[in-house]
Amino acid sequence: MSRTTLDLWVGFFVAVGLGALLFLALKVGNMASASSGDTYAIQAKFDNIGGLKVRGAVKSAGVVVGRVAEIRFDPEAYVAVVTLNLDARYKFPRDTFATINTSGLLGEQYIGFEVGGDTAMLKAGDTIKKTQSAVVLEKLISQFMFNKAAEDGGKK
Amino acid sequence: MDNAIVRTLRGLGEKVTSRVWRLGYASRFFLAIILHSGTSLRRINLTIREIYFTGVLSLIIILVSGMFVGMVLGLQGYDTLQRYGSTEALGVLVSLSLVRELGPVVAALLFASRAGSAITAEIGMMKATEQLSAMEMMAVDPIARVVAPRFWGGVISMPLLAALFSAMGIFGGYLVGVQLIGVDEGSFWSQMQASVDFREDILNGVIKSFVFGVIVSWVAVFEGYDAEPTAEGVSGATTRTVVTSSLAILAADFVLTAFMFTGL
Amino acid sequence: MSQEPLVEIRDLNFTYDSRPVLTGINMTIPRGKVVAVMGSSGCGKTTTLRLIGGQLKPTSGSVKVGGQMVHELSGDGLYALRRRMGMLFQFGALFTDMSVYDNIAFQMREHTDLPEKVIRDLVMMKLHAVGLRGAHDLMPAELSGGMARRVALARAVALDPMLIMYDEPFAGLDPISLSIIGELIRKLNDVLGASSVVVTHDVQESLKIVDYVYFVSAGKIVAEGTAEEIKRSKVPYVHQFVWGEADGPVPFQYPARPYGEELMERAGRRG
Repeated sequence: MSRTTLDLWVGFFVAVGLGALLFLALKVGNMASASSGDTYAIQAKFDNIGGLKVRGAVKSAGVVVGRVAEIRFDPEAYVAVVTLNLDARYKFPRDTFATINTSGLLGEQYIGFEVGGDTAMLKAGDTIKKTQSAVVLEKLISQFMFNKAAEDGGKK
Repeated sequence: MDNAIVRTLRGLGEKVTSRVWRLGYASRFFLAIILHSGTSLRRINLTIREIYFTGVLSLIIILVSGMFVGMVLGLQGYDTLQRYGSTEALGVLVSLSLVRELGPVVAALLFASRAGSAITAEIGMMKATEQLSAMEMMAVDPIARVVAPRFWGGVISMPLLAALFSAMGIFGGYLVGVQLIGVDEGSFWSQMQASVDFREDILNGVIKSFVFGVIVSWVAVFEGYDAEPTAEGVSGATTRTVVTSSLAILAADFVLTAFMFTGL
Repeated sequence: MSQEPLVEIRDLNFTYDSRPVLTGINMTIPRGKVVAVMGSSGCGKTTTLRLIGGQLKPTSGSVKVGGQMVHELSGDGLYALRRRMGMLFQFGALFTDMSVYDNIAFQMREHTDLPEKVIRDLVMMKLHAVGLRGAHDLMPAELSGGMARRVALARAVALDPMLIMYDEPFAGLDPISLSIIGELIRKLNDVLGASSVVVTHDVQESLKIVDYVYFVSAGKIVAEGTAEEIKRSKVPYVHQFVWGEADGPVPFQYPARPYGEELMERAGRRG
């Protein structure tokens, strides 16, 4: 094997390998969408975050506009404090309503933004005032059962 | 009776001591490789040659196995997911298993048996036929000239091979899932992209395969350099390379996974 | 060139794993001479070469090459010294992954910045000296034993060393290759103005070409002298060795209990 053919093969190998990495990064992973620029951080407090996880999506009108950066417990107010990194391209009014939703019945949980009408916009470091906690399935079911039982009791 | 116990204990102690001694020697050897790596960089042709022998010659086995592993994942994943009616998550299942675990680990295991054993056998034979000794007498350091380029060749090849393995596997899963079974193509890719994170999943996979590359290459060159200079010695060292590096890969995988994905 | 000998070994002792390999060795290799170190297998001849080349360090005593204490040199100093030494290993030790040409060019490429054109001329010159210019693009696996040894010889003298060491240069060769190698050792030594140490157990072939002989047995020098003196030597060991007798001071039997005693015992156990 002469040196030039060998170099050619190694060059081919390295190129294909890097190509595979690029494929993984762009086509399989979400680098294309995640690395699209600067973000700013805001906070939101929830009574119950359910199954929300760090890196969970923040969506407005179904479009991903940010990611959950940090979740911690506030030992004084006994609430969960969630830090969100929002895409710097998008601005939201200060009275935006943050809810924790579930994609599908068993899917993963994300934060949904329902946009309010305030003219002032959220800035980095702000805290969202209006939030709605995660729907806990067990609670919902027991409530339903309770109501059903109460209804049946009423008929008698 | 008493003697047998004493003998067993002594044997055990000796075994442990010799293992520790070997580990120390291997670490010193690792340091020597790092210190003598200048030549591999300055004369990049030496390293390129080794990338050819470790990387390019492992291409076929890596691509074919990656393809099959991905296809099996496609079949098995579909079978399981359809019970929960969530077959559109097939892309997520295939890609996450490959990128996080199977790609780096299986590629490294294949690499250890394909390239690692070859490196050990080659260096061992060079030692057995006094080529290393001859080199030393020609005032050329065999660690710089023979060992370090092979080490770096392996370290560079491994992440590329693992990436190829994963990409090929995802393609295999796509073939089986989308083309053969008929999972919706759009949700296959979009769900995958939504849940595979570049930093968290892909970059961690690359870091894993880099670590595995260091492990396999280190074990391979060390076993070769330390081999008994006889035919049996070299074949024993070759076997040890495959066994030791495979175990080390799996152990390191556990540690790395614990660090990377469970937030410990 | 001074008249001081090139290699001087004084009161050398070497112990390996608390087993004495060499004891009280005194050896001198004058400039321009071919000196043989002879003895039966495993008597410490190769160890002597490794001590001269600095691959082993003496337990006590001194090894001086070209006025420098080999065992006191730093890593760089030792490498600098080795550039002026050439060594032919027992089975050639050619680099199996390189062609004949690259094998000989190896040291020139490693140690000099000579342009490839000059290297080519030098390599061809060396190959011509051993009569293998036509074989330059063969791989070592394609060479016969004798040819491989000649290539290794050309490689050993690639940088025109001042000291050439031969470890069993005659081992496993047919009679024709044997005399070719013998002649080459002498010729290269004289042409290059170098000094040579030949470690061998091939008495007849080496006595034809060497100037001086050291006889080593069990780690000690038992006889020394010119080729003629050795042939006429009355030392029983040397006599047995030179004339190739099966029994003598070196017994045919590996040490064991008397055979009769052992047979009797076994018979007794069976009965």
